[in-house]
Amino acid sequence: MAATFQGLGAAAALSLSGSFDPNRLHLPCRRSLSVTRLSFVVRLEERIVSGSNLPPRRAQQLVSKAVATKADAASASTASKPGHELLLFEALREGLEEEMDRDPQVCVMGEDVGHYGGSYKVTKGLADKFGDLRVLDTPIAENAFTGMGIGAAMTGLRPVVEGMNMGFLLLAFNQISNNCGMLHYTSGGQFKIPIVIRGPGGVGRQLGAEHSQRLESYFQSIPGIQMVACSTPYNAKGLMKAAIRSENPVILFEHVLLYNLKERIPDEEYVLNLEEAEMVRPGEHITILTYSRMRYHVMQAAKTLVNKGYDPEVIDIRSLKPFDLYTIGNSVKKTHRVLIVEECMRTGGIGASLTAAITENFHDYLDAPIMCLSSQDVPTPYAGTLENWTVVQPAQIVTAVEQLCQ
Amino acid sequence: MALRMRKSVNFINRLLSSRIQSPGVLMQTHLASSRPNHCPILPASTTVPSLASQPALCSPHHLRLESTDAGRQSDCSNEIGDFDQKMDFPGGKIAFTSKMKFIPESLEERIHCYRVINEEGRPIAHSNLTEISEEVAVGMYTGMVTLQVMDTIFYEAQRQGRISFYVTTVGEEAINIASAAALTAHDLVFPQYREPGVLLWRGFTLQEFAHQLFGNQADYGKGRQMPVHYGSKKLNYFTVSSTIATQLPPAVGAAYSLKMDKQDACSITYFGDGGSSEGDFHAALNFAAVMEAPVIFICRNNGWAISTPSSDQFRSDGIAIRGQAYGVKSIRVDGNDAVAMYNTVCAAREMAINEQKPILIEAMTYRVGHHSTSDDSTKYRPADEIERWRTESDPVTRHRKWIESNGWWSRTAESELRSSVRQQLLHAIQVAEKVEKPSIADLFTDVYDVPPLNLQEQEKLIRETIKRHPQDYPKDVPV
Repeated sequence: MAATFQGLGAAAALSLSGSFDPNRLHLPCRRSLSVTRLSFVVRLEERIVSGSNLPPRRAQQLVSKAVATKADAASASTASKPGHELLLFEALREGLEEEMDRDPQVCVMGEDVGHYGGSYKVTKGLADKFGDLRVLDTPIAENAFTGMGIGAAMTGLRPVVEGMNMGFLLLAFNQISNNCGMLHYTSGGQFKIPIVIRGPGGVGRQLGAEHSQRLESYFQSIPGIQMVACSTPYNAKGLMKAAIRSENPVILFEHVLLYNLKERIPDEEYVLNLEEAEMVRPGEHITILTYSRMRYHVMQAAKTLVNKGYDPEVIDIRSLKPFDLYTIGNSVKKTHRVLIVEECMRTGGIGASLTAAITENFHDYLDAPIMCLSSQDVPTPYAGTLENWTVVQPAQIVTAVEQLCQ
Repeated sequence: MALRMRKSVNFINRLLSSRIQSPGVLMQTHLASSRPNHCPILPASTTVPSLASQPALCSPHHLRLESTDAGRQSDCSNEIGDFDQKMDFPGGKIAFTSKMKFIPESLEERIHCYRVINEEGRPIAHSNLTEISEEVAVGMYTGMVTLQVMDTIFYEAQRQGRISFYVTTVGEEAINIASAAALTAHDLVFPQYREPGVLLWRGFTLQEFAHQLFGNQADYGKGRQMPVHYGSKKLNYFTVSSTIATQLPPAVGAAYSLKMDKQDACSITYFGDGGSSEGDFHAALNFAAVMEAPVIFICRNNGWAISTPSSDQFRSDGIAIRGQAYGVKSIRVDGNDAVAMYNTVCAAREMAINEQKPILIEAMTYRVGHHSTSDDSTKYRPADEIERWRTESDPVTRHRKWIESNGWWSRTAESELRSSVRQQLLHAIQVAEKVEKPSIADLFTDVYDVPPLNLQEQEKLIRETIKRHPQDYPKDVPV
């Protein structure tokens, strides 16, 4: 049953016939969590778009618009505008450009972001439009331009710092941890740091160990920063805009292999919620939590699983810090089994933290131990065959689901 | 002749091949065939074919730069080893020389130090002092004295156990106060941790200092940082971060922000001789030069980084010499001469803002006090060296002698000032001691703009714990 929504404001409440039960979704207060928002889901073909009433402090315009899947590009609702098709890196650029148009304080800095347009062309054309000062080419010193971005943010600008590859941001770790994460706190709230640090990470195609790093696991402990990972053109643009508008420092993780994904996104402006997870495919048997590129491996495995008679619920967690335990919790209460599929290393990865968080909060709802599929604790090898084996493959996901659902 | 030619050609080959690797300079010749990858400029034949016929090789990555034709020569000559020849390398023309000469690691004479008033408080001949007014001169002196008394009282307070930690600025009062006096309130200050004088000059009260040291509710940092980690947004003084030199890149970023907004202001940042070894120093200087950012870098070269003397910190001629390496104008100044410091920072500020470029100032001084209250510097340096600097080169004494000689100061003014400041400080300590410490709620605010769910949870958890075990929780801290 197809339904579409347009222009959901913060106070809109919608009633659907038979699609959901709001009481079922409400989280009972085991730890006296005061949940002030009401969540509802809309079913559309295979895609689910979830919207939520946000607490007043974050009242943002949410367009929970039905987005067509790749399979059926023409099934966009007749009542809405057709939207436009673009690739993920173009979606990032569109979001960035819209924010730079909207707010003159937004600026970009990084290596080769200016006239070269960025290594992955996310900033292409921006230097011509906004000038060399607002789209700044920097010398090669990640600690320097990250620190510079922090200083600029403290004085009122809203910089978007691009790391050519996430792995290079290890050089900026000192600035990110000590200055970015801490200064708002240690200054007693006097100085805020609305910076966005973004770049491609993850395992690519034979890029070698140094260019295949998953920095989300290293950064996740730093207090004071937020982390989000985009996976589709739709959420890439929405998260980029949300990150720029956020008053907190946000690290936006992109993936090297997802830049050329094509999707049709809405023409009208939309901003996504940084702390929200995305329901990719609702189901009943098992909750599969994933993010970034692994989402696609999971969806591929889901096809096989559906053929075998399983009904997996797939959630793209999107928000890596903090976790959207609300969405995740509701899912766990429904399915009672959890599989985490990630690209991080096993030790100290996002999956490890997520396992701990779910176990702590929803232990009573689990019928089986949480399983976490991650990359091994090895540097990513160059050889293609070896590299494939360090990344979780759909076959492994299918096996894991079968094991959990016994 | 041929042999001599071959030797010089080989030398030129080596020189060139060490400079240019790829932009396919030129053609191979049989003479340099032992190095197939590095093409020689000149073949062995007596006539040099014109190289103007070579295709222009433009680097695709420097579209904004002109003249990157790596292969073109400005003039061809028959004679090998012609010193007029220049090569258009990416980045500009460079003249050749056939004299192999290594640039020495140090100059014959160290960079001279700019000074206006000598240790006896008398102006050096040929210096012009007309810029300093009585108001500024006396103002600087009262500032330095206040800072000195503040250091003494707060240091003693730490020794008495009333505050946990303190860092003195003894010996560096002139750097602090004089540089602050040369700036305006709109200039953004990124301190290391030995520059409370700058904050003092701008109007931070002794009471506000005391509140931060005691980490009480009136502290602007809400008790979250160690003592002496002051910060004040309204006075444009960025919160001190303990880590060394991490404030340098943000200072450049702030200057970039001012440049974008075309403000009549600059940013200024301080660091020590030890801080100049950090990677952030190199990165910040390089960036500031490339970005043409209006930032003033002040290095307090006080000879010691805790127990590491500057001879173990670097082998260059201090820090001023490094400016040129980055393309940054620099100067070495006597940091214990308040007038010289004031003049220098005034001039630097004007250059930084009007010409939109960074300036590096190396202020030579001595760290008379210990590194901090956790340090006893007599363990690694002779006590008489400390004493000598404390008495003979004290910046405060020197400045006092000078303003007294001008008739702007007197003994009575001196004793009045010192006792008044002392009274204010003792009072400030008493007041600050009594103010309550920040409550538990302040542990979780300001991590983000609004505390997220996980922090709200954690706060509830700790409140429950306190309720269950009140005896383990200090009674005088509000919940």
